[in-house]
Amino acid sequence: MPTARKADARLIDGTQIAPVLRRRNIVGEVLAAPQAVVALIILVLVTLSAVLAPLYARFVAHTDPFSSQVSATITLGGKAVPVMQQSTTGLKLGVTPIGPTWSGQYFIGADNQGRDVMSRLLYGGRDSLLIGITSAIACCVIALVLGVLAGYVGGIVDGVLSRIFDVLWAFPVYLLAICLSIVLLTSRIAFGPIVIDSSSLILPIAIISIIYVPYIARPLRAQVRSLCQRGFVQASISVGSSNWRIIRRDILPNVMPSVIVYFPIMVALNILIESSLSFLGVGVQPPNASWGTIINDGLPLLYTRPLVSLAPGIMIAVTCVALNLIGDTIRDVLDPQAKIREAV
Amino acid sequence: MGRFILRRALSALVVLFTTSVIAFLLFFVTPGVDPAARIAGRSATPATLAAVRHSFGLDQPLPVQYVKMMQHLFITRDLTSFVNRGAKVVPQIIAATPITLSLVFGTAIISMVVAAAFGLVSAVHKGRFVDPFLMALAVLGISVPVFWLGEIANLLTQGGLHSSVFSWVPPLGYVPLTANIGLWALHLLFPWITMSVLYAGVYSRVLRGEMITTLGEQFIQAARAKGISERRLVWRHAFRCALVPVTALFGLDIGVLVGGAALLTEVVFGLPGVGYLTYQSLQTVDLPMIMGTVIYAAFFVVLMNAIVDIVHARLDPRVRHA
Repeated sequence: MPTARKADARLIDGTQIAPVLRRRNIVGEVLAAPQAVVALIILVLVTLSAVLAPLYARFVAHTDPFSSQVSATITLGGKAVPVMQQSTTGLKLGVTPIGPTWSGQYFIGADNQGRDVMSRLLYGGRDSLLIGITSAIACCVIALVLGVLAGYVGGIVDGVLSRIFDVLWAFPVYLLAICLSIVLLTSRIAFGPIVIDSSSLILPIAIISIIYVPYIARPLRAQVRSLCQRGFVQASISVGSSNWRIIRRDILPNVMPSVIVYFPIMVALNILIESSLSFLGVGVQPPNASWGTIINDGLPLLYTRPLVSLAPGIMIAVTCVALNLIGDTIRDVLDPQAKIREAV
Repeated sequence: MGRFILRRALSALVVLFTTSVIAFLLFFVTPGVDPAARIAGRSATPATLAAVRHSFGLDQPLPVQYVKMMQHLFITRDLTSFVNRGAKVVPQIIAATPITLSLVFGTAIISMVVAAAFGLVSAVHKGRFVDPFLMALAVLGISVPVFWLGEIANLLTQGGLHSSVFSWVPPLGYVPLTANIGLWALHLLFPWITMSVLYAGVYSRVLRGEMITTLGEQFIQAARAKGISERRLVWRHAFRCALVPVTALFGLDIGVLVGGAALLTEVVFGLPGVGYLTYQSLQTVDLPMIMGTVIYAAFFVVLMNAIVDIVHARLDPRVRHA
C-alpha cells in the first residue's frame, strides 16, 4: 500500500504537475517592460548612494553628519564663511544655516545644527531602505505563516487568527503604529541578556512589520482556503501526502506569486509610513537619521532653507515611484488579478 | 438577510470590545504611570486619591477596572484629560469631529471625481499615450508622503508667494461651516487637495483595473453586439459595474479617515480635528485621551466595515452564505 501511494504521488508530481510548474523566466519577463528597467536603475542608484554614504561624507563633504557643526566655517571662493550665518535682517538675532553651495561641502546646505544635509540624506537612505526592506520581509513572512496556518488548518486556529486580523484591521495603521511606538519607546525591553535600546532601529522595524500583517495575511488565507478545495490538493490528500508536503509542494508554490507581488509595494508603503512616524516623532530616534527625520529636522527651516525638507521628500517619492512601478510590472507578469489595499 | 446583518453586527461588537480592552490596557502597560495619581491630578490630597481609586475600581481586579473605566468614559463622561484638567475626553472628541468630517468630506468628493476621470479615461484609452501618462501621475500620487506634500503646499501658499500669487489663501486654521461657508471652504481647500492626491492616485488605479476587467466581460461584448453607443456602453454598463468594488474600498477608507487617519494632514495644516487631538495626546502621553480616540477610531472603522459588508451582501447574495 505505501508503495502504491508513493507511485501515485510520483505520477502526479512527475507527469502531470511538473509541466505546469515549469520555471518561467520571470525576471526576464519583468525586465521586458521599459518602465521596470528604468525603475530598477533608479533603485540601484539610490541603494548605491546609501551604501556609499560614508565615502561621500569622508572624501567629498569632509564632515561628520552626525555631530553638531554650529561653529564650523568653510572656504567658499577663497573666503572663509561660517556655516551658521548671523541674521542680517530685523534685530540681527539668531542664525540661519548656510544654503546650498552646489559644491562638495554643504552641497544642498546645512540643517539647524550645521550638519551637511547631503551627507545626512545619503545616510538617511540607509535607514529608510533598511527599515522598508526588513519590515517588508518580516511582514510577508509573518503574514505567509499566519495566512497559510489559518487557511490550511482551519477550525479554531482559523477562528482565532481571523479575529486577531479583524482587531488589527480595526485600527487605522497610523494609530496602531503610534500606540505600539508609545508602549515600545517608553518601556525598557529586554529579552534575557539582550536589551533593546529605545533608539534602536529594531523598534520601528518591528512596529511597521506588524501593522500591515492583516492586509496580506487575509487575502492569503482566502487564497489558501480556495486552493484546498482544488483538485490537485484533494488528489495530494487522497494519496496520503503529509500536511507539510502538501503545504510545501501544492500550497506555497501557488501563493508565492501573490507574496512576491506584494513585496515591492510593501517596501514602498513601509518607507512612507516610516517617514510619517518619524515626522510624528515616534519613528526613527536620534542619533539615527532616516529620510523622515531629515524632513522633520528641516521643518523649522521650511521658509528659509526649504531644500532641507524638500530633498528627502523627493528621495522618498523617487524611490517609492520606482518600487511601485516594479511592483506593477511584477503583478502584470505574475498575478494580474492581485489586489492590495494601498491606502494608509 | 436579517440573520446576516445580525451576525455581522455581533462580530463588529466583538471587535470593538476587543479594541476597547486593548486601549484600556495601554493604561497599565505604559510604565511609570500610576493611573489613580494621574486621574486625581497633581495637587490631590490622599482623600481624593482614595476616592479616585475607589471610583475607578483601581483596588479591584482588572475586569472591574475595565467596566468602571468605560462607565466614566461613556456613561458619566467625566473622565478628564491628564494634561488639560478641564477637558473631558468624550465631549472634546465630539467637538473635534465636525472638523475631521469636513476634511474627509471634501477629500472624498475631490478624490472620487479625479479618480473617476483618470480611471475611466485611461481604461477606455488603454495603451495609448494618455493611459501611461495618467497612471504615472497616479503612481506619483501614492508615492509622495502626505505630510511632506502638505508642507510644500504651506511653503508655496504661506511662504514667499503669499504676498503675491497666493494672497487669497488664509492663514492656517479652521473656520466652522456654520460661521462662514466661504471661509470654511477656503481654509480647507489646500488640505483637501493635499489629501486627495493620495486617494485620487489609489482609486484611479483601482478603477482603471476594474474598468479593464469589466470591459472584457461577456455582457459588454453582448451589449456592443446589440449596437449601443460606445458612450452608453462605458457609462451605463461598464462604469456602474466597476464602481461597486471601488465604493466598497472607499467606504473602508472613509471609516479609517474619519477615525483619525487624517491626522498627518490635520497636524500639517493646524486643523484641530480628531487626528490632531490624537497627535497631541500622544505627544503628552495623555492616556485617557489616547484611549478615547483609539476607541473612537475603531468605532468608525468597524462601523464602515460592517456597512460595506452588509451593502455588499445586499447586492451580491452569494456573500451571505460565505
